[in-house]
Amino acid sequence: MEHYTMNLTLKVWRQKSSKEKGSFETYKVSDISSEMSFLEMIDVLNERLINEGKEPIAFDHDCREGICGACSMYINGRPHGPWTANTTCQLHMRAYKDGDTIVVEPWRANSFPVIKDLVVDRGAFDRIIAAGGFISANTGNAVDANATPIEKDKADAAFAAAACIGCGACVAACKNSSAMLFLSAKVSHLALLPQGGPERKSRVLNMVQQMDKEGFGACTFTEACEAVCPKEISVTNISRLNKEYLIAGLTEEK
Amino acid sequence: MKWSEFFTSSVGKKFVMAFTGLFLISFLIVHVGINACIFADMVDPDDNGEMFNKAAHFMGASYVIRLMEIGLFAGIILHIVQGYMLEAQNRSRRKEGYAVSMGSKGSAWYKKSMGLLGTLILLFLIVHIAHFWVPSRITYETTLSEVSYNGNAMHDVFSKMVEVFQNGYVVILYILGCFSLAWHLLHGFQSSFRTVGVHNKKWLALVQSVGIGFSIIVPLIFALMPISIFFGWVTNS
Repeated sequence: MEHYTMNLTLKVWRQKSSKEKGSFETYKVSDISSEMSFLEMIDVLNERLINEGKEPIAFDHDCREGICGACSMYINGRPHGPWTANTTCQLHMRAYKDGDTIVVEPWRANSFPVIKDLVVDRGAFDRIIAAGGFISANTGNAVDANATPIEKDKADAAFAAAACIGCGACVAACKNSSAMLFLSAKVSHLALLPQGGPERKSRVLNMVQQMDKEGFGACTFTEACEAVCPKEISVTNISRLNKEYLIAGLTEEK
Repeated sequence: MKWSEFFTSSVGKKFVMAFTGLFLISFLIVHVGINACIFADMVDPDDNGEMFNKAAHFMGASYVIRLMEIGLFAGIILHIVQGYMLEAQNRSRRKEGYAVSMGSKGSAWYKKSMGLLGTLILLFLIVHIAHFWVPSRITYETTLSEVSYNGNAMHDVFSKMVEVFQNGYVVILYILGCFSLAWHLLHGFQSSFRTVGVHNKKWLALVQSVGIGFSIIVPLIFALMPISIFFGWVTNS
């Protein structure tokens, strides 16, 4: 694709802290390369802001190669921007043309409070994982990975679910702010593997309980989560989670 | 886990919606089947609602079915109350909204409008109950005439139906009600199966295609009833 430069108008959510009210600030950026990533474009703007003695825009980022799940921007009405199966860091400026206006907002959900600007607190996800996203394993030498036979289809489905990077785009996109796609990926990943067997029932019950405590909404299968998921986690995982919950809820001894 | 905990978790509440929804879908099959008996008049012009009146008599005369009717009302009320409570809770999960909304990027409008569609169906249901259930179950002594087939006297619900559907506005209202039902079912049918845990590919494909067929055919047959009476394809003479 041919290289080009563009001038853009950015409307970015600025909020000093979780306690203060935020608002949109408008910035003009010029000579943006079509080969830049979206975050590099923000970097350029931030350098300018620092040189001008202003506060740079705070945003989450880490690996910048689409695997860590840190970046989290809601760009022009879509989590992670206009491309499918993509994270904000992997969004490139060739998605835009000269003169475009881009509105950048943080994830919006009560359970993801804004810490600063575009940074939200996704600790709720960590607490859901801590409630059941683990397995029992013997101490001592690690068992050979191939010692446990696993059907290929199941291994593939578990891997597809395990691809979830916990970025929170599903919550950001859902009209109910539901974390069910995230939770279902975590539950499916372990429910499909023999290693997940021992805690299979308590895991799903505890993780759903924690999700409810964190204040996420319920799933109504609008499938908006699947559409924006950078890792293309399927909503069929949600059905699997519900099945796991139904069986565990009805048969768990406790 | 206690029953109360099971049914009040976010997943449990959806189970209630799904199971009551599936129950109401099964009711629709019975309802559309019984009422489709009016079309006998199109095959045999001397029927004049005889087949329908007999079917309606069967549905009203047996205590077993009257008891099931109580279960039906309980199911409807549970579905409505739980639906509104979930809608309110889900909406409250995002106090500060987005400046640019997602619109229909990623999910069709009707999948996100189950509350609205459900409300339209509820409004229709109130009118519908006032039109037919009240006159045939409560005030029948004054609102229904009698008809006799082979010496068996029964209520003439068919004449009531013909009377109600002479009004064009009522017919339009019923058609709109059927539209709301069709969109509600288009999402609700497959979504309720998925909520209760259907995730295998072959079952999902079956549920989705049967769901589309059901959502089109059942409301269409319902809509054809007032239309057929209004245009005189089904008559009392």
